[in-house]
Amino acid sequence: MRKSLETILEDIPKNRDALQPIREILLANAMMTGEIPSPTGGEEERITFLGNRFTEEGLQNISIDEAGNCMAVIPGTVGENNILVCAHADTVFDKKVDHAMSVTHDSITGPGIGDNSLGLATLATLPQIIQKLNIQHKDNLILLGATRSLGRGDLGGIRFFLDNYKSKVHAGICVEGIQLGRLSYSSVGMLRGEIHLQVPSEYDWTRFGATNAIAILSDVVQTIMRIPIPTEPKTKIIFGSISAGTSFATQPTSARLRFEIRSEEVGMVGQLKTKIEDIVEESANATNVDLNLSIIAERKTGGLAYGHPMVKCMRSILSELQVKPYVEPSVGELSELIAREIPSVTIGLTRASNKNEFNETIEIQPTFDGLAQLVALLAAIDGGLCDE
Amino acid sequence: MEDFVMSDKIEKWLKTNTFHHGEFWDILKLVRLKEEQGIKISLCIPTLNEEKTIGKETVIFRSELMERYPLIDEFAVIDSGSKDKTLEVAASFGADTYSAKNILPEVGDRPGKGENLWKAIYQLEGDIIVYVDADIKNIHPRFVYGIVAPLLINPTIQYCKAFYDRPITYSSGIRASGGGRVTEILIRPLFSLFFPELASLIQPLSGEFAVRRKVLEKIPFPIGYGVETAHILDVYQEWGLEAFGQCDLDQRIHRNQSTNALGKMSFGILQTFLNRLKRYGMVDKLPELETLYRQFQAEGNRYDLLKKEIIEYERPPMTTIPAYCKKFGVQP
Repeated sequence: MRKSLETILEDIPKNRDALQPIREILLANAMMTGEIPSPTGGEEERITFLGNRFTEEGLQNISIDEAGNCMAVIPGTVGENNILVCAHADTVFDKKVDHAMSVTHDSITGPGIGDNSLGLATLATLPQIIQKLNIQHKDNLILLGATRSLGRGDLGGIRFFLDNYKSKVHAGICVEGIQLGRLSYSSVGMLRGEIHLQVPSEYDWTRFGATNAIAILSDVVQTIMRIPIPTEPKTKIIFGSISAGTSFATQPTSARLRFEIRSEEVGMVGQLKTKIEDIVEESANATNVDLNLSIIAERKTGGLAYGHPMVKCMRSILSELQVKPYVEPSVGELSELIAREIPSVTIGLTRASNKNEFNETIEIQPTFDGLAQLVALLAAIDGGLCDE
Repeated sequence: MEDFVMSDKIEKWLKTNTFHHGEFWDILKLVRLKEEQGIKISLCIPTLNEEKTIGKETVIFRSELMERYPLIDEFAVIDSGSKDKTLEVAASFGADTYSAKNILPEVGDRPGKGENLWKAIYQLEGDIIVYVDADIKNIHPRFVYGIVAPLLINPTIQYCKAFYDRPITYSSGIRASGGGRVTEILIRPLFSLFFPELASLIQPLSGEFAVRRKVLEKIPFPIGYGVETAHILDVYQEWGLEAFGQCDLDQRIHRNQSTNALGKMSFGILQTFLNRLKRYGMVDKLPELETLYRQFQAEGNRYDLLKKEIIEYERPPMTTIPAYCKKFGVQP
């Protein structure tokens, strides 16, 4: 029987309490996931762990695809529609980083525990969550641990999955450990670029105006900063990292700048890209050095409307939990789902601090609000309450 | 000839009683074996100020070995009087927590890890008791099922010890597989001299071991540093080498002890060892001292015994050498 939104909202506190007994299962999954290093492109071991968990839960159609994604299906009673629940499996941390987690009675600390070990652990625990709450969905749930999400990975995992999955995906939920209250329903236009500068070996250091890699790249940065940026719709250029040189007095012969453009305005990212290409070309010609721009990743602007039923449902769910929504456009898996016109949102599971630091910390207790939120959203999608 | 027989026995024992945790990945199979045998298994973690690691151990063991796979029937933390939040954290994740001083109060309270291990025999009800140290950073269910499994598959094995890889890589794929510093400097030489068969235990001092109650209830417990050494000697005297098993649990990351702390530990162990020699009546009747020193090397999951003959020749005082006396005009 189709549940009304009111009933779903009424169930939230009850579900949150009913999930307490699976706390150790969830936390163990989170910690065991988190202790497996999983840099972008090196997620095999973590994905294998997820696959083993799916097998232990008796799920169907468990598979690891060519992109390294792990997928499993919880079949629905009707099974006409497919709801994708995905979490990215990669982290920003190198394999060499100590991935040991530590636990107090109310928190867990360790690299990547929130982003996104908790999200992935929630996928691994979802079969038990559903069983514990005695829920039967009519739609199939497609659980996906997605690889190559971050940085240079450029959403390679989800893109491969959506390119090759034979059935239609009707709705998507991207699960992130951090932060409870996060509600992303739009994809911000984005471009990640890298400017690489190499001074040729035959460069004449004695000629008038000769300068080194740092100075040239610095000029490029200054010029980019002079590009007029609109304040509305929100647009920004982020200089993420710069590297050059080895000592105090040695002329650096190479330098690298990584940056990201984000804009909510359709077409703005493309315009800024063209301007930066011109700046790079002009500087290369003026200085006689090899200067080039590589595009690492791009996303298109798009998303659901604020009044879309899925967004409205999520706002009601968060309101029931007395959690203030934190609306943030996404450059993650959500943008790929939205680009394919699959109504989707990204949600966060718990409160956290020090995201992407070695001492990233999540709070344990709010996670149950996060899980109750996920359960409610699944019920709403399954009940057709999120259809336009 | 005698040495050949002993080496052959050790080689055979290494093949049949040395395991790798990977052999026991199917925990469900172990649960079925336990149920078929109609036995209970208890897990005991002795603690003293372990709030940093006890939470993770509790969560992972309870989740994986009680809820997901009911291999462990009882899980207790027995504490020696922690000043930090060890017991609070363990209890918050569902462990049964006890203060050692409150168990068998009529026998008093002695400080030391051995006290907790001993009192666990009274407090816990399992037919097998598994002991795991609380300071393991990379805790994983294998730290329990790896040492329980040999007891479930082989009724002769009474006492199973864990051993670990040293986290060092070797380009040849062959690595020295030894214990910690105290094992290699003190225990292995002592065992090689007096109880050569026991030198086949790769890490006799490891804090992770599983033992049948019928053995635990019959052996005394030094309460300090010597507890593991005493166990091994006493079990060996009563049940022989066949009663032991050992399982490779790969890496164990834990806090490193200072050389000073290891000195204290060695002093305690040496006391226990010499007490055992007295108790076995060996002090006045020392056996012919062995000259073969036994170590191990591992290649993959195969462990080979390395024997090296070490004979300590002695030269007499120089004044007994006529040439010396003549040269220096010394009276012999």
